[in-house]
Amino acid sequence: MSATAARMTALSTRGVNKRFGSLVVAADVEIDLPAGVRYALIGPNGAGKTTLINLMTGMLRPDAGHILLGDDDITALPPQARVRRGLVRTYQINSLFPYLSALESVTLAVCERRGVARTWWRPLTAYRDEVDEAYGILGTLNLAAVCHRPTRELAYGQQRLLEIALALAARPKVLLLDEPAAGVPRDESNDLFAAIAGLSRDITVLFIEHDMELVFRFASRVIVMVGGGVLTEGTPAEIAADERVRAVYLGERQRVGAR
Amino acid sequence: MLPVLGMLFDGVAYGMLLFLMSVGLSVTLGMMNFVNLAHCSFAMLGGYVTVTLMNDAGWPFFATLPIAFVAVAAASVVLERVFFRRFYHAGELPQCLLTIGIVFVSIAAAAYIYGTDQQPVQLPDYLQGSLHLMGLDFAVYRLVLIAIALAITVLLVVTVEATRFGAKVRAAVNNQRMARGLGIDVDTLFAVTFALGSGLAGLGGALAIAMLGLDPSFALTYLIYVLIVVAVGGLGSIAGSFAAAMLLGVVDMAGKYYIPAFGSILIYVVMLAMIMARPAGLFGRR
Amino acid sequence: MTTQTISGPHAVLQAQARWRTAEIAFWLATLLPFVLAPDYLVLASQVAIAALFVLSLDLILGFSGIISLGHAAYFGVGAYTAGLISVHGWGEPLSGLVIAGTASGILGYVTSFIIARFRHLALIMITLGLGLLLQEAANAASWLTGGFDGLQGIHTWPLFGRIDFDLYGYTAYSYALAVLFVVFVAARRIIHSPFGLALRGIRENGARMPAIGAPTHSHIRTIYTIAAVIAGLAGALLSQTTATVSLEALGFQRSADVLVMLILGGAGRLYGGLIGAVVYMVARDQFSGLNPQFWYFWIGLLLIGVVMFLPNGILGGLAFAAERLKSAARKRPPVSAP
Ligand SMILES: Nc1ncnc2c1ncn2[C@@H]1O[C@H](COP(=O)(O)OP(=O)(O)O)[C@@H](O)[C@H]1O
Ligand SMILES: [Mg+2]
Repeated sequence: MSATAARMTALSTRGVNKRFGSLVVAADVEIDLPAGVRYALIGPNGAGKTTLINLMTGMLRPDAGHILLGDDDITALPPQARVRRGLVRTYQINSLFPYLSALESVTLAVCERRGVARTWWRPLTAYRDEVDEAYGILGTLNLAAVCHRPTRELAYGQQRLLEIALALAARPKVLLLDEPAAGVPRDESNDLFAAIAGLSRDITVLFIEHDMELVFRFASRVIVMVGGGVLTEGTPAEIAADERVRAVYLGERQRVGAR
Repeated sequence: MLPVLGMLFDGVAYGMLLFLMSVGLSVTLGMMNFVNLAHCSFAMLGGYVTVTLMNDAGWPFFATLPIAFVAVAAASVVLERVFFRRFYHAGELPQCLLTIGIVFVSIAAAAYIYGTDQQPVQLPDYLQGSLHLMGLDFAVYRLVLIAIALAITVLLVVTVEATRFGAKVRAAVNNQRMARGLGIDVDTLFAVTFALGSGLAGLGGALAIAMLGLDPSFALTYLIYVLIVVAVGGLGSIAGSFAAAMLLGVVDMAGKYYIPAFGSILIYVVMLAMIMARPAGLFGRR
Repeated sequence: MTTQTISGPHAVLQAQARWRTAEIAFWLATLLPFVLAPDYLVLASQVAIAALFVLSLDLILGFSGIISLGHAAYFGVGAYTAGLISVHGWGEPLSGLVIAGTASGILGYVTSFIIARFRHLALIMITLGLGLLLQEAANAASWLTGGFDGLQGIHTWPLFGRIDFDLYGYTAYSYALAVLFVVFVAARRIIHSPFGLALRGIRENGARMPAIGAPTHSHIRTIYTIAAVIAGLAGALLSQTTATVSLEALGFQRSADVLVMLILGGAGRLYGGLIGAVVYMVARDQFSGLNPQFWYFWIGLLLIGVVMFLPNGILGGLAFAAERLKSAARKRPPVSAP
């Protein structure tokens, strides 16, 4: 911890709690993401990983606790304000604009970031910079060739990439990727993660992923969640050696450390 | 003091009618999220069944009620199978348009068959006049109406809370996907619930004739009241619907008693205020 | 379908926004009634007014996905405002139009704060409730609105102080058509602007919009206000050209009619609503002998038929048919890939 404490913290949670009825989905979650680090968030299904992203990005309100972006407390900000400050997420299940083309979708996101999406008296075609930027983002994700196709006609893997493209259009400082490779075949998911690994080091990335091989390859640190709580955190090697993590993944009912 | 009690009595009787006419919609909306704006057409159909049986076939009033229930339930199942089920996943706009279309057709059909006049019904003698209690006059028909509605409410609550069928309905309202996962045949369950709910509306429509009158515009006029009950009561909530129906009945009656000029505005104001304050309804979960 | 022969991202977007020949032909055709059917200019003016009202609904329902079952509220406010200022001594049409549009726009802006917060069933209820509330209020305020009998004594002054509103509807149609065209051009501009793209984003996936940093509520408030202004202009045109306003300008029936026109023509296509308005209004005129109740029988059947078999309206159906024809034509000769 001392090694990372010196670095700027990009995103942190302080005592975040959330329950759905009697189900605890976030139990005193304390996380610090140092700037520029590639983090993986792992844990069994239903551990509360997606919920944590929802809490961080403001899609859900915590029952207690605070979310800090840099030094600012953003707990009270609505989701779109957090996005404008650079806290951006993608979705585990594609959440796209079916009848917009890939280019239109990303251009929309660029326009929103640049604050021109309110102008209704100038044509979109006058915003060449915005369109070019969107096209550039699509290019880096190998989507330029299909950029005029309606989203619903894109292959599933391309739609997963478009999820990321939409997030990148918001110029994230912190990027939260919810199972970016969910449902993508192995060979494609390698490419997908290679694209993520190629992102600028100015962007702090937290990704949820079940495939340990991908986690070990692309994350420099790993957080393990179980039952809404953080079980442990460490380097991939440390996590691999951790008995408690193994126990969780081997399906043993040892809820160590959770309560 | 006394007029207040009279107003409350009328309001409660009115509320009971609204409850019968809306509880079915509340449950089916809660279960399938199907926006059925034709629900009051079912109520109207029940009214016309009773009128026809009484005036043309000479049936006694009470004997027509079960027929109104059954006939409307049967008609609703046909509509559900032919039209509605195709639109469960279509979003609320197509649902609205389809059912508005059915409302228009039902109004025109009623006007074609029965004309646009109010339908006369001759209630049996023992339902006319009023009962003198504690220095107050209570119209017998309204007392009977309240009794019937209360009996049905009890029956409904018992069915939903204490039978297997009710447990399935509650599961499906709570979480349709989970209910399917538990092996409940939600589609059949829905068809049955839909029929029962529509049948209740038909019964409500039959009971309403002597208090609210019956003409082809019934399907549209009372639709808004029914929707208010559902919205304020919360989807799928019987208790919520009951409370909302009583509230609406009394508020509307009070408006008409005390501020006739603005009485018809009052309920909309109340409705908008309630939806804005509690979008999920009085007892709603969503 | 789209072959990627064009390089760069701009050409396709530009092609989408360009005026097409069919569009120009459409607008030229709107001039035909002057020559071909001078006896029907009154009807033509009613069609133009209805088309303007549909355009307003298309902006919120077709392009932004905001359902309204009470859109007549804004139409009615515009109609009553224009009627009232005329009754109270100011019959100048253009300024009356502006004032009426402003009044309905203010109502639209105020109510948009409510509208933007809700979706689905709650939104249906709220729009329905607001519409009925306004109608009841207008009925109750009969000292102002004339209540059930409607406003008496509307007199519209000549256009530009010179051109009288004639009995044959010559002026009325010219006036309504001009307003429709100007508003249409503006609406078209909105659709092809960044804001228009944001609206389509809201329609396609409103829940996703905040995650790309979009102020969804604020967007909805803007377009709702714009749509209210346009609906108010349509209402004002109606009271100015017919010299009558009655409660039915605010009624549920009118809200339903405009919805039918839009769905019939095809929502979210700009021209769909216009075509729906033409078909609906002309049919209604043809069957004007029919008792209104039976008219609504056919409208009911039509609604059921359209949602079951033509979910994207006439224009959607045509586009689909054209697409089919094209792909059939493409299949027949074995083409080598371009
Ligand atoms: N909106 C919600 N209402 C109720 N329960 C929810 C809701 N969202 C998620 N849950 C429950 O919270 C738990 C954690 O879900 P989630 O965060 O999606 O898990 P993960 O992403 O780790 O697989 C699950 O048991 C899920 O069923
Ligand atoms: Mg998840």
